Amino acid sequence: MSDAHAGDAAGLEVGFFLDWIERTASAVAAEKERLTSLDAAIGDGDHGTNLDRGFTAARAALEAKPPEFPGAALVQVGTTLISSVGGASGPLYGTVFRRTGKALGEAESVSARELADAIAAGLAGVQKLGGASVGDKTMVDVFVPALDALLAGLADGASVDGAFGAAADVAESAARSTIPLRARKGRASYLGERSEGHEDPGAASAALLWRALAESVGGRAR
Amino acid sequence: MSSMKKLINSPESVVSDALAGLAAAHPGLTVDVERRIVRRAAHASTAGKVALVSGGGSGHEPLHAGFVGPGMLDAACAGEVFTSPVPDQMLAAAQAVDAGAGVLFLVKNYTGDVLNFQMAAELLEDEGIESRSVLINDDVAVEDSLYTAGRRGTGATLFAEKIAGALAERGADLAAVAGVAERVNATSRSFGIALGPCTTPAAGQPSFQLGEDEIEVGIGIHGEPGRRRAPMAPAAELAGLAVEAVCADLDFTGDAIALVNGMGASPLLELYVVYNEVQAALKSRGVSIVRNLVGNYVTSLDMPGFSVTLCRADADLVDLWDAPVNTPALRWGA
Repeated sequence: MSDAHAGDAAGLEVGFFLDWIERTASAVAAEKERLTSLDAAIGDGDHGTNLDRGFTAARAALEAKPPEFPGAALVQVGTTLISSVGGASGPLYGTVFRRTGKALGEAESVSARELADAIAAGLAGVQKLGGASVGDKTMVDVFVPALDALLAGLADGASVDGAFGAAADVAESAARSTIPLRARKGRASYLGERSEGHEDPGAASAALLWRALAESVGGRAR
Repeated sequence: MSSMKKLINSPESVVSDALAGLAAAHPGLTVDVERRIVRRAAHASTAGKVALVSGGGSGHEPLHAGFVGPGMLDAACAGEVFTSPVPDQMLAAAQAVDAGAGVLFLVKNYTGDVLNFQMAAELLEDEGIESRSVLINDDVAVEDSLYTAGRRGTGATLFAEKIAGALAERGADLAAVAGVAERVNATSRSFGIALGPCTTPAAGQPSFQLGEDEIEVGIGIHGEPGRRRAPMAPAAELAGLAVEAVCADLDFTGDAIALVNGMGASPLLELYVVYNEVQAALKSRGVSIVRNLVGNYVTSLDMPGFSVTLCRADADLVDLWDAPVNTPALRWGA
C-alpha cells in the first residue's frame, strides 16, 4: 500500500496536532541545553529554558482543556506560548501557532496542502511582527525554505510523508546555514560581525519543530 | 562543572523569592508575587493621573520595581532573568493602575520587550483603555540601522521614568507625559564597559570568557559581549572612552544630568573614581553636570563595570528631576 499522495485528503485530525505538539515539546526538552548554549554564544543563554517552559505549559494547557479541532489546538498552543515564554520567542512562536491555527479555521480534518497553506499564514504573521527576512539569521531562515520544500513536494505529487520529511531535512540544513551569517535582528544583532560563526538558536529550535512535524506525519495512523 | 555561588534558593524561584523580599521590605508597594506585578500600595490617591507602567527582564535591579512609587512608576512587571515579561502581566498591571487618564508604557528597545508591550497595548485597547508607548534606545554602542534591532534601552530608562513620572504627578495629560519621555530619550545617550561577564542563575556559568587583562567595550545589560574587546586600562582612560562615545553621538555642550551607573559588581569606591574622571572629561568638553547619580541603578546581575548616561538638561527637565520622588531605590524631597 503506497503512501497517501498530495492530491488525497491526508485527513489530519486533532490527534495528529496533539502528537506534533507532544513531539515538539519532547524535542525542545531534549535539546534544551544545546539551544541554551547556542544562545549563550550570541544572545543571553536562555532560549532552551524559555521554550521548554512554554511547551511544557502548552502541553499542560492542551491536557487541561482538550481542543475539539486542529485550528483550536494550535491557537491554544500559540496563546499559551505568548502567555508563558516572554522575550522575543514568546510572541514570535506564539504568533506562528496562532496564525497557523486561525488559518485552519474550524475544520475537523485538514489536508497536507491545507496545513502547508496555514503554515504560510503563520510565517507571514511572524514576519509582519518581527520584520525579519531570509538572511537575517532568525527562525525565518528555516521556515521559508522548509515551507518552500513542503509546497514543492506536495505539488510534485511526492508522498505526503516524503514531502514533510524533505521539508524537515531542508529545515535542519537551513539552520546550520545560519552559522556564517551576521545577525540583523534580535539581541544577536548587537554583536555585529561577532555574531558570525554561530548557529542561530531560533533557527535551531525552528528545525526541531519541522522535524517533529515530519515525524508526526510519518507516524500517523492510516 | 561547578556553578557560580549565588545567594539563591533555586534558579527557578529566584525571581519570585526576590519579589517576595521586595514586598516584605517595602510596605509602600503592593506585590503580586505570582503574576510578578509590583505597584504602589496607596493607589487610590492617584485618581485622574496618567499611569506609568514599565517592566522588563529581571536582573537589572533596582530597575524597574525599585522605581515604583510616588513621583515615578505606578507599576512594573518583572520577567524571568533577562527575559521580557508577557503581555498578560502588562495588561493586568495597566488595568490595575489606570486612573482614567490613560497609561504610558515605557519600553526598553529590545525585540522581546517591544513585541510583548505591543501585544499588551493591543489587548488594552480592546479593554477601552488608552495607552501610549515610548521606546527608550539610548545606547550608542549599537549602530542604529537596518542591520540591527536598533539601539538598546539602558540608563536613559531611569531618566525617562523619573522625569515623566514627575510630570504625570503634576497632572499633565497622556500626550504631554509621553512627550517629555520622548524628549528625554531623544536627548540622552549611554555607553557601557564591562570588566568581566555576569552569570545568570539558570546558566550558572559566566556569559563570556575574558582574559586577565581584557575588557568588553560597548556592552548592553544582558551579559552579552560588547562591540569589541580591548586591553584593561586605568579608570581615567575607560571613563574617557565612554565620554568620547557618548559625546561623539550627540553634542552635550552646556548643562547635563549624568548617571555613572554600576553594572552590579563594581564597588562604589570605583564608581566614584569613574565619576571623578567623567566629570573632568566632560568639563574639558564644555559640559557641566548639573545633577548626577552615582551607583547601581540599571544593572546586569553580577557584572563588574560601568556605564555613563548623559541627558541634556534644560530648566524644565531639571525642575522635573528635582520633584519629590519616593521609591525603594530613588528618594528625595518627599
